[in-house]
Amino acid sequence: MPVEEIKGQKIWQRRSGRESLAHWVMWLIGVAVFAYCWQQISASTTWFFVWDAPRIADDIWTRATPPRWEYITQLGKPIWDTLNIATLGTIFSLILAVPVAFLAAHNTTPSRFFIRPIALLIIVSTRSINSLIWALLLIAIIGPGVFAGVIAIAIRSIGFCAKLLYEAIEEIDQTQVEAITATGASRWQVMAYGIVPQILPAFAGIAVFRWDINIRESTVLGLVGAGGIGLQLSSSLNVLAWPQVSLILLVILAAVVISEWVSAKVRGAII
Amino acid sequence: MSELHTLIGKPWRKPSFIKRPWLRWALMLGFAAYLIAAYMTIDVNWSRVYEGLERGKKFILAFTSPDFTTRSSDIYAGMVESIIMTIASSVVGIAISIPIALGAARNIAPLPIYLICRSIIAISRALQEIIVAILLVAIFGFGPLAGFLTLSFATIGFLSKLLAEGIESMDKVQAEAIKASGARWTQWINYGVQPQVMPRLIGLSIYRLDINFRESAILGLVGAGGIGATLNTAFDRYEYDTAAAILMIIILIVMALEYLSGVIRARVQ
Repeated sequence: MPVEEIKGQKIWQRRSGRESLAHWVMWLIGVAVFAYCWQQISASTTWFFVWDAPRIADDIWTRATPPRWEYITQLGKPIWDTLNIATLGTIFSLILAVPVAFLAAHNTTPSRFFIRPIALLIIVSTRSINSLIWALLLIAIIGPGVFAGVIAIAIRSIGFCAKLLYEAIEEIDQTQVEAITATGASRWQVMAYGIVPQILPAFAGIAVFRWDINIRESTVLGLVGAGGIGLQLSSSLNVLAWPQVSLILLVILAAVVISEWVSAKVRGAII
Repeated sequence: MSELHTLIGKPWRKPSFIKRPWLRWALMLGFAAYLIAAYMTIDVNWSRVYEGLERGKKFILAFTSPDFTTRSSDIYAGMVESIIMTIASSVVGIAISIPIALGAARNIAPLPIYLICRSIIAISRALQEIIVAILLVAIFGFGPLAGFLTLSFATIGFLSKLLAEGIESMDKVQAEAIKASGARWTQWINYGVQPQVMPRLIGLSIYRLDINFRESAILGLVGAGGIGATLNTAFDRYEYDTAAAILMIIILIVMALEYLSGVIRARVQ
């Protein structure tokens, strides 16, 4: 226990001298890095616009309120498209994620040294690229529209679903698998009767959780042209129709809240 | 005994995931109906998709020969800006979210403060980064400042919520012991609460740093600084080799961050 002696009296200290020095140096480096970053940001900022910001914000607020409620009649189809992008995207991604997860989990992978790293690479690379970037790419490849959005969401979700799923597979109870194997079951029967029932609740939870996230993500995919309500948002922004923008933002907010509520309810029922 | 008799002689059947048959069938039918409806309303231009496969092949091949050199100055500038935005926004976001997390923990904060902090978290979580970025670019002008503010705002919702959950599930006994020694409120937080949630805070902070970097890659699409603008230009000009190079850098940095966060989390926990 680090103690310090002041006038012959021992006083408890939280850290020893060396530790507190290390702490101090760490903080110094951290503050220096932050100061450098801030200076860089500050250098590429037009401060006049920033000082003018409250006026601009006030201006946008007065333009955006009240929302143009009549416009909601034109939002039915975009919302339906958004829902489709999220749901179909989630379904496709699950179809792709299940084999990847089985290849990545170290207790089910056929080869630890060749196939598992490839599966992990698929997981990392699909996860680290945002769905908007996937959408940009797919629009360049297969043209704008809902289909590009569905595929973008599907690819983006593979990594997330496969990662959670393979962690669930690695945590299964091995004795059940052994019991099924002892009955003389084939590899596929072991999979179907020993492993799948154990991960099914996790799988359903992951599916609903990802669906909820995908609803959020698909609302903005339209900004790059991949269909859904984001298309309306971007066209309203382009013509500076702020009352429409505020209505669309409210609709997106409602969609996000509802999907979160649904997903919480369903996950509560499963677990 | 009678239960056994009814079972004997009948082949075993796998129990269904959803026990109630009517619910199972209703869900299946509803799902099938939805799929048909969704399929009918999505108009896919298959000939366009087929044409695109050629470009898709080109893009995948571009990964085998990524072009880091022709636009290296753009890529470098964009990457540095992304990283700077990531670090600055993580620092500021974390600094703001700690007091909010304290306020949002029911076992520390009184009810009015709790409600205020929880509503801040709810607002921050409900608004998406890209939408916040659009609004902030409109207000503050183009550049990394808008991106920095966006990411800081998004960090608050994420970090405060998870940290508040950590504080709420802490061990009361230790905190009480510090209180019993006559500690002031700040001392109580510093010696009773902070050591318990510190591992979680560090883990979450690193995880958020990782998320902020990924998000900073798209903020450029709406003019909020970072690598996104370069990437967008590369896609628009069909320069797949440059785009592949940028994507590879992003993936590599994310992998490095993930590895780092694994190491650090293993050390602090």
